[in-house]
Amino acid sequence: MSATTEVKKSESLFSKKNKKLLSDPLNDSNPITVQVLGICSALAITVQLQQAVMMSLSVLVVMIGGNVIISLLRNLIPDKIRIIVQLVIVASLVIIVNEVMKAFVPDISEKLSVFVGLIITNCIIMGRLEAFALGNKPGPSFLDAIGNGMGYAWILLVVSIVREIFGSGAISLPGMGQIKFISPEFMASTGYMNNNLMILPPMALIVVGVIIWIQRSKNTKLIEEA
Amino acid sequence: MAFNKNSSTFTFVFATIMVVVVGALLALVSLGLKDKQVKNENDKKRIDILGAIQVEASRTNAEGLFSQYVTDAFIINSKGERLDGGEDAFSVDIKKDFRDKTLTDADKKYPVYRCEKDGETLFVVPMVGKGLWGPIWGFVAIKDDMSTLYGAKFDHKSETPGLGAEIKEGFFTEKFANKTLSDGGKYFEILKGGSVPSQPNQVDGITGGTITSKGVEEMMNRTFGIYMEFFKNKGSEQAALNQ
Repeated sequence: MSATTEVKKSESLFSKKNKKLLSDPLNDSNPITVQVLGICSALAITVQLQQAVMMSLSVLVVMIGGNVIISLLRNLIPDKIRIIVQLVIVASLVIIVNEVMKAFVPDISEKLSVFVGLIITNCIIMGRLEAFALGNKPGPSFLDAIGNGMGYAWILLVVSIVREIFGSGAISLPGMGQIKFISPEFMASTGYMNNNLMILPPMALIVVGVIIWIQRSKNTKLIEEA
Repeated sequence: MAFNKNSSTFTFVFATIMVVVVGALLALVSLGLKDKQVKNENDKKRIDILGAIQVEASRTNAEGLFSQYVTDAFIINSKGERLDGGEDAFSVDIKKDFRDKTLTDADKKYPVYRCEKDGETLFVVPMVGKGLWGPIWGFVAIKDDMSTLYGAKFDHKSETPGLGAEIKEGFFTEKFANKTLSDGGKYFEILKGGSVPSQPNQVDGITGGTITSKGVEEMMNRTFGIYMEFFKNKGSEQAALNQ
């Protein structure tokens, strides 16, 4: 895997190679649409935009923390217990994020409920720790975490915007509540009903599927040879 | 380098140090944030109780409004007798008691909040039950005729957003105002379509959230079954006072 190769010492933080660490996960190696990791949370918390925003931020924080810490410790972690070490570090970071949210943004923390805890099992995080942070310096690991976190975030945001508009006729942002920009009475008079299927998890899978379809039709590199 | 990170000794040392460091760190974070979290939880509870008597509160003014409206908080037992001098009613965790299968109804404590609003005396009753995916809970305010509902506030842990989760929304809870509990059979009914407006103890459930709506109904009937004893005692007490 090319991502595991060690980045040379003399490189600056924003060399071409390092920029690729940031941009690749947004498209060519997107954790959700190409690697199909972390799908579970993408399905569960994309009913409303505000939840997706908070979830993306939490994953980003945990990912950056985990990648940097593992990368700093990479020459000390015994190979035999490396997975457990990764798990312990991710779990601790998640618990800290959860506790901080409970103390400072209690209302949003309540909405995300168990899903913050489930960040621990988010395959993207463990995947990046194992595939990248264990073999690279903290700088590139930091960028890799941001890249993958953003790659995860933009899919979540797109899916949640689609689902919230068609499912609830509204858009919600953290701290602002739900903004109903389509008057329910007007829509009802034209015969449109809020689509409950949009709110249920299967629709998230379908929306992600549509995103993968569009992405593949634009980015021919991703199409496997028959 | 003489140091071998894969030796068994180092593996043990590493694991031990990691566990101690992580444990200490988490304990510190938890202790440091505890006060704030407890305050948040209590504020939320105050907001919900105030919501049941239809007073809008926010996290910033919940404490003040709570002491303004809630004049008394006490605990009753399952026979409807008031227990004085025991635990503080506000700190009774009915959700924990509900989960604890070793407790029978007789062992549990039942808090009551007495509120004064616009010259009326209202009793707020906390309740807890089961939704589709997890616990649901709420506070229902009842007037001092002991049968007219004044307002309700429900919340849930993990009901489906847009469906069962709507029990916490105003459009559902406002239907409870001015409904009355019936005497025989079910105190209150939440129906899947077709509640009769002339029936004072019925409201419509939530479309697509039938199991959660039924959970609310079960929770209300079970809870009022116990509190009704207290209300009856209260009624005769008041009748005696009036004479």
